[in-house]
Amino acid sequence: MIDAMMLVRALRDPGSVATLDGEGWTALIAMARAEQLIGTLACRLRGLQMPDGVAAILAEAGESAEHGRRVALWEAEMIRRALAPLGCPVVLLKGTAFVAAGLAAGQGRSIGDCDILVPRDRLDAVEAAILAAGWEWVKPDAYDDAYYRRWMHELPPLIHRDRDRMIDIHHTILPPTARPTPDAAALIAGAVPLGNGLAVLSPADMIVHAAAHLFADGDLAGGLRNLWDIDRLVREFCDADGSLYSALAAVAARHGLSEAVDRALRLARRLYQTPVPPQSATDWSDRVFCRRLLARDDWGRPTRPVTRLAFYVRSHWIRMPPLMLARHLWIKWRGQSDTSAGIRSA
Amino acid sequence: MRHRFDVRVGPFGFRVGSDWRAPIAQMEALYAGYPALRDGVADFTVRLSAVRPWRRFVRPSVEIGGDYMLPGAVPLPLRQGLLAAEMAMNLQVALGTRRFLLLHASVVERDGRAVVMTGESGAGKSTLATLLAAHGWRFMGDEFALVDPVTGLLHAFPRAISLKNESVAAARAAWTDARFGPLLTGTPKGDIRHLAPDVRALAAMDTPARPVLLLFPRFGSAADERPVPPAEVFVRLTQASTNYTAMGETGFTALTRLVGGVPAVAIDYPDGATAVAQVEARMALT
Repeated sequence: MIDAMMLVRALRDPGSVATLDGEGWTALIAMARAEQLIGTLACRLRGLQMPDGVAAILAEAGESAEHGRRVALWEAEMIRRALAPLGCPVVLLKGTAFVAAGLAAGQGRSIGDCDILVPRDRLDAVEAAILAAGWEWVKPDAYDDAYYRRWMHELPPLIHRDRDRMIDIHHTILPPTARPTPDAAALIAGAVPLGNGLAVLSPADMIVHAAAHLFADGDLAGGLRNLWDIDRLVREFCDADGSLYSALAAVAARHGLSEAVDRALRLARRLYQTPVPPQSATDWSDRVFCRRLLARDDWGRPTRPVTRLAFYVRSHWIRMPPLMLARHLWIKWRGQSDTSAGIRSA
Repeated sequence: MRHRFDVRVGPFGFRVGSDWRAPIAQMEALYAGYPALRDGVADFTVRLSAVRPWRRFVRPSVEIGGDYMLPGAVPLPLRQGLLAAEMAMNLQVALGTRRFLLLHASVVERDGRAVVMTGESGAGKSTLATLLAAHGWRFMGDEFALVDPVTGLLHAFPRAISLKNESVAAARAAWTDARFGPLLTGTPKGDIRHLAPDVRALAAMDTPARPVLLLFPRFGSAADERPVPPAEVFVRLTQASTNYTAMGETGFTALTRLVGGVPAVAIDYPDGATAVAQVEARMALT
């Protein structure tokens, strides 16, 4: 059965595309678009032999990613200006951080929202400054708002009224209801300044956050891209500093995220051949995670609905205790049936 | 997917997959004579799939999918499957293209000189392009004008022409040997019927043309025309573009070059024949 392994192969070994025919290229492009890896693929395949039509598609993807990079950096600058008067640390996360720090993980990467991390005790001031600078709430729903504020690691999403860009303001990297409790103060204290008033996480923390985001939060949607981030970060940081790999284990342990980090390294090694020492034992469940990560067919369609559903359920399970989950799902379900009843009566 | 149709329209190759045979059969008929994919590679994938597995059979409902999707797009009944395919193809081009600045417009060409007609839905872009094509102009498209940012030339995207409501009869009267798709009644845009462009439009689809006139037609008033100042043209075209913002500086440069180099005229017209005469008279002066 066809899955996204052909995309993984093209990313890790660009030379492998030499054997593709028209049909293969079409499938590869559809998969890469669906996994939001088309810009990354364009960067990886630059300069290789390929049909003219493919070169044109990848050139567009490369331009699009470059435009995305510029827009993301501009958004970070707008946030910097809005928060500068507060004098509190502002740490960029994920895609914006990768491009701001000029990391390989940022090359060709698609970047959606701008994610930032600020100290929890400055959250109210940050919120007020962001609202004053033109950002607005995306979902003005009382339950969601209360839920985010009480149980989430971030404020409800905000969108800028002129630039139409979303910002996620985090005070830590996992929901407080999740079982691991990362040390947010240590993340901020260890952040590396960029010299313009913004900062990015330290190399080890950046890898830990990427792993936490992928395996301790969420249903693995976009997982191939997030795992690619991890592969690039590990390669770049371990090239620059051979000692980082051993430090990583200690940092992961401090944040309670050893399991997520170990899994990230095992799977990155397994799919992208990331050069990390082989782990003592491969977990039996790694195969299930791979099944989920690769669940995409040659038409770009999501496949393996049962596996996907299982990971969706897991994402809620690991995010909150059972009773709270039941209550949350009940309110969400009731809200949904209210909405559809409203539509029916309208 | 179960059923499949590949086609190239101008610079773009499409791979259309469907859970049902019917929309594919309609596309095969409408797009007979179009070229095959270049090197077998599709620029865009389009998927017409059942909303739920059983909805392939029970009250079949087409979900519009593809490389690029709009969240919350409303599914269409299967009898409007051809429209779903057309909408999905347009959506791919609108959201995925970066090599051309896209303007929502129809384009016709004669002697290498192209007229770009843009305006809100109902202004008569498609109808006018059809009538001009019946008068010996080459049809280059009724959905997107593709502006090459390097050369400033327009590339053709001669998809099947989408005619709405009364304009079907007008096109049929002007173009007696035309090949039509099925009549799609009760669509979100009213009654729609697709018209296959003529042989000439297909034969010349890879030949670009120089833009020489920007036209803002408006149907329903006495014949009139007025020049449109460049600042207004610029703003109207940014609104008519699906990728102006996403193209960044390249888009700005391409658009200012077009607006600066091509005269723009707004015309009011009471009927098709008058409009054709107005455009031809205007082109004689340009």
